[in-house]
Amino acid sequence: MRFFEYEAREIVKQAGIPVTDFGFATSADQAREIAERIDGATVIKSQVLTGGRMKAGGVQFAETVDEAAEHAEAILKLEINDHVPRGVLVDPRAELEHEYYAGVVWDGIRKQPVMLFSDMGGIDIEEVAEKHPDHVGRAHFSTLRPLSDFQAKEVIAATGVTGRPLTRITPILTRLAELFLERDMTLAEINPLGELADGSFVALDAHMDMETEARPRHKKLLEDLGVGSEETRQARESTEFELAGEEVDAMDHRGVAGNVTEFDGNLGLVIGAGGGSLTLFDAVRAHGGDPANYCEIGGNPSVRKAAGLAKLVLEKPGVDKIAVMMSIVSNTRVDIVARGVVKACLELGYDPAEKIAIFRVPGAWEEEGFKILDHYGVEYTDRSVSMHEAARRAVEKIPSSA
Amino acid sequence: MAGTFIDVELTDEARDDAQLAQELEDTCPVDIFANREGRTEIVEENLDECVLCEMCVVAAPPGAVRVLKLYDDTSLER
Amino acid sequence: MSILLDENTPFIVQGITGREAVSLTRECLDYGAGAQVVGGVTPGRLGRQVHGVPVFDTVEQAVEHHGGPIQGSVVTVPPAFTKDAVLEAIEHGVELIVIVTERIPRRDTAQMVERANEKGARIIGPNCLGVIVPDVIKMGGIGGPAQDASKAYTPGPVGVISRSGGMTTEMSSTLTAAGLGQSTAVSIGGDAIIGSSYAELMPLFEADDQTEAIVIYTEPGGRMEAELAEWVRENDSRLPIVAFMAGRFMDEMPGMSFGHAGTIVEGKEDTAAEKIARLGEAGIQVAEEISEIPDLVKQKMGATA
Ligand code: SF4
Repeated sequence: MRFFEYEAREIVKQAGIPVTDFGFATSADQAREIAERIDGATVIKSQVLTGGRMKAGGVQFAETVDEAAEHAEAILKLEINDHVPRGVLVDPRAELEHEYYAGVVWDGIRKQPVMLFSDMGGIDIEEVAEKHPDHVGRAHFSTLRPLSDFQAKEVIAATGVTGRPLTRITPILTRLAELFLERDMTLAEINPLGELADGSFVALDAHMDMETEARPRHKKLLEDLGVGSEETRQARESTEFELAGEEVDAMDHRGVAGNVTEFDGNLGLVIGAGGGSLTLFDAVRAHGGDPANYCEIGGNPSVRKAAGLAKLVLEKPGVDKIAVMMSIVSNTRVDIVARGVVKACLELGYDPAEKIAIFRVPGAWEEEGFKILDHYGVEYTDRSVSMHEAARRAVEKIPSSA
Repeated sequence: MAGTFIDVELTDEARDDAQLAQELEDTCPVDIFANREGRTEIVEENLDECVLCEMCVVAAPPGAVRVLKLYDDTSLER
Repeated sequence: MSILLDENTPFIVQGITGREAVSLTRECLDYGAGAQVVGGVTPGRLGRQVHGVPVFDTVEQAVEHHGGPIQGSVVTVPPAFTKDAVLEAIEHGVELIVIVTERIPRRDTAQMVERANEKGARIIGPNCLGVIVPDVIKMGGIGGPAQDASKAYTPGPVGVISRSGGMTTEMSSTLTAAGLGQSTAVSIGGDAIIGSSYAELMPLFEADDQTEAIVIYTEPGGRMEAELAEWVRENDSRLPIVAFMAGRFMDEMPGMSFGHAGTIVEGKEDTAAEKIARLGEAGIQVAEEISEIPDLVKQKMGATA
């Protein structure tokens, strides 16, 4: 879950890392107040969860309070990559001697976090790592033992930084690494970390991503920041269809019938489980099909939930038929899924034999499931028909995508 | 009213057995039976959730409870 | 032979009184030679039984009752308690820990793995279905009830490693239908950080006489496939590998995660296209469809024989 810059800076500040005297505003008037308090040149930055805001005009420089308010007004209205800004950050403009980079990420191969540092800040770290590898220092660190400053010191010194900057940045990188673990981040980045004329350092921009699974552990922080539990902060905002999918999944606690993602095709998909859904979605597209949605069924959901999901997909505008397909199931029951999708058709006044292009869910209780499908005349297959072949047959039944 | 796929039948005698009412309510994993003041009531909206576990059939005296599978006209009973 | 476990591997189930754990226990007891589930642990439930398996409050009690070291544990406790359960198992000498639980934050997984490494224990998962040695033993919910597992899995020469539990069974069933049995199939879990990656299991398969080829299921997200490609190149492996890559559509949707928590594409290296290229460079064939896998395996096995 990604944080806005103003939130990320607050998190950094709470960890004892110096930041500028910035303010967050949701109106031009608020921005003016902050600029008055700052009493000098300012930078107005759009608060959006997407990249490229500099290029899009989402970052503006102001000399006067009036200018700051004007820029705020304009930026608040400016959509960037379809994202409406949450507000603007008003920042005192700092004269920088030098820009550094400090970051912490997970290394899934070593299964440890890794600290990163560069004396070439302000630009993308991946670019620096590629073009100037000797300007990037890195070190893995333990998740069990407390950090000691020397670990950060070594990483910084490896880039050739010495003197006062070395001793001043060391505790900052250590604190960033500590906050990364304490706050269950998947990314914690200060870029740039600015060196001011007086030799002090401030975090001028920060990027933080918290692991979604860990949110319950950080209720207090999220509350303080004003992050609502309904804010998923996905890379793409949820559509109404996707929110309706979440509601279906929340109907009861048995299994999963959700993780719905909207696409704009005409073949509705009722698919599962995790890996099976990925495989089947690819398979439908490989055969020229145009999926209306992605979803996942797993963990043996109730008939009610399976029916809710199937109904949601069937009612989506433009959906012609649904394909009900899964990899071999062992926990989820075939007959329960069959009941769910048949019921969805019946309740919407459709003939299941007409609306269900194919049913390919082999595995636990399949004999019972097949009896149900026989009764309603739905085309089904057992495991001898591959997932890709089933997808092909489903696509074939959609007239317009032939 | 029956479900789309499942119906459950009880003999009148079984329906009025207070002890059985509690037993059935406790037994069914998908809450198809409710004990209403010593009488068994079938919770219609849950009928289609039946997992065919036969536990209700086993918990009741022979012939007392039948679980009907409406899609193939067979039933679970003893 | 097999890797990781055989019919003589005693194990416990931590969280044994949970709904999923109860059926998982039944399945393991019923499958193959019948697993030696020597105990279960659920704090506060000492003295109960689950399908005849005695329940204890602590792993220590289970070890004492067993009267000897317990090699394995299947952990199926809620996410907030998983780390503690795993640390407890490691502390009491458990060497093979299968973590079924999903939605465990990376910090916890990293801590469990770090501790396991210190004590020489191995973790499979989290977010996995476990390990199965066809017709011999299964540890975890993999393949489902014994009779269903017997339909999909048969003994043979192919080692299976998969980031998806369900697809482990789908692929094995496809191999079985084509007359190719499996030596051991391992569901390694769908998270961004897992205890045992492809490359970490390869040496075990390499050392196993029964295994003559490897089939893997992979997804976008992470660097595990690059790690495998490196391993293959550096170790001059005797085992041909056939891979299947799902979730190719995700390349168009950076920053989104589908299927499993670990699938999020965070950088260029994480994409399906990049992974397919990496695997290819290392001589690992990537099948377009599951149904192609058996023929590719047979061709490759023929070529090395
Ligand atoms: S068979 Fe099982 S699920 Fe169905 S009504 Fe009886 S107890 Fe309930």
